[in-house]
Amino acid sequence: MYNFEFERPSTVEAAVAALKAEDSLALGGGQTLIPTLKQRLAAPAKLVSLAGIDALKFVKAEGGTLRIGGGTPHAVVAREAAKSFPALARLAGNIGDPAVRNKGTAGGSIANNDPSACYPSAVLACGATIVTNGREISADDFFQGMFETALEEGELITEVRFPIPQAANYQKFEQPASRFALTGVFVAKYADGVRVAVTGASGDGVFRWTEAEAALSANFSATAIAGLSVDPDGMIEDLHGSGAYRARLVKVLTGRAVSAAS
Amino acid sequence: MPKVSMTVNGKAVSGEVEGRTLLVQFLRETLGLTGTHVGCDTSQCGACTVHVGGAAIKSCTTFALDCDGAEVSTIEGMANADGSLNTIQQAFQDHHGLQCGFCTPGMVMSAAALLKENPKPTEAEVRHYLEGNICRCTGYHNIVKAILAASGQDVSAIAAE
Repeated sequence: MYNFEFERPSTVEAAVAALKAEDSLALGGGQTLIPTLKQRLAAPAKLVSLAGIDALKFVKAEGGTLRIGGGTPHAVVAREAAKSFPALARLAGNIGDPAVRNKGTAGGSIANNDPSACYPSAVLACGATIVTNGREISADDFFQGMFETALEEGELITEVRFPIPQAANYQKFEQPASRFALTGVFVAKYADGVRVAVTGASGDGVFRWTEAEAALSANFSATAIAGLSVDPDGMIEDLHGSGAYRARLVKVLTGRAVSAAS
Repeated sequence: MPKVSMTVNGKAVSGEVEGRTLLVQFLRETLGLTGTHVGCDTSQCGACTVHVGGAAIKSCTTFALDCDGAEVSTIEGMANADGSLNTIQQAFQDHHGLQCGFCTPGMVMSAAALLKENPKPTEAEVRHYLEGNICRCTGYHNIVKAILAASGQDVSAIAAE
């Protein structure tokens, strides 16, 4: 790992100011960024740690909305959202392993937009709002392809607002070595319809399976998607699974998520 | 070089580090606390597990400067005040919860974090919690047994198979 200057501000304002320096990067929990730095795949001149900003660490359920601070570790979401939004709490509680969950943060995972990360599927399936230091971005506009998001340079996720669904479930088919999702599907049912978001499958990152959404909005049952299929074109192909295998997983996991939704 | 200060096993410590200095390097190389091991250096194996602010983390994937002002506990702080093994360490000895011993510091730190959260875990809960701690001697059965015994549960019925 190349060396860099390290700053640890205690407010969002100070972090945003520190990130104006050339070649600076924000450090959330570091569970992806630190391995990336070790591989010399990133070489910032300065790292601005967000870990000292207490205002970014919270989980609050208010009037049908779950608000999660950008710097909240997965373990805290798993604990504190268990009553208000159990499907999201379970998702957070199965990321990585316990030590990783104590460090990795919601905002970090969402900003990184790894094509196999769990969080983006929940954000997109819930039509959550990503709040930054400057604006609010809807989930549908936020994710823009593998590791690409609508975030500008130096822009920080301060909060994510999830409308709490009537019923939801996340099915993760785990790649056992990395504990990332080989494929994962988040299904969320709202009064005005059902949304289905898929991670780990597409080379473009998280996406909505709109055909399934239409079918499930009409009939919220696993049988409603029986006649549908997912196009394997553009799916991730690697030693863990072919594109066709992942396409099949999307359908199977969607069915399981619908059956398990609560 | 920037200076970092923290409390390690109840003692105030400080030292000069680089931005890139990992917590595990600070513990081992600056403080000489070599009980915390570096196994994979990729946050997979858990040999470097320590507690920061009471939570288990991987010290190979944490910067020393990010722990400025924090309370850190390592395997060196686990023994009882009189130097005897604590309950978890003693259970690892009694139940042969180690073979080569390389993963043991991380296993003990993870076990301590688990039992704090969940004082009477089931066997399945212990196994699930140890997902991020790898033993390449594959001595998991006795490790799980030791942790269940440390929680005060009867392990005579658990087969070591």
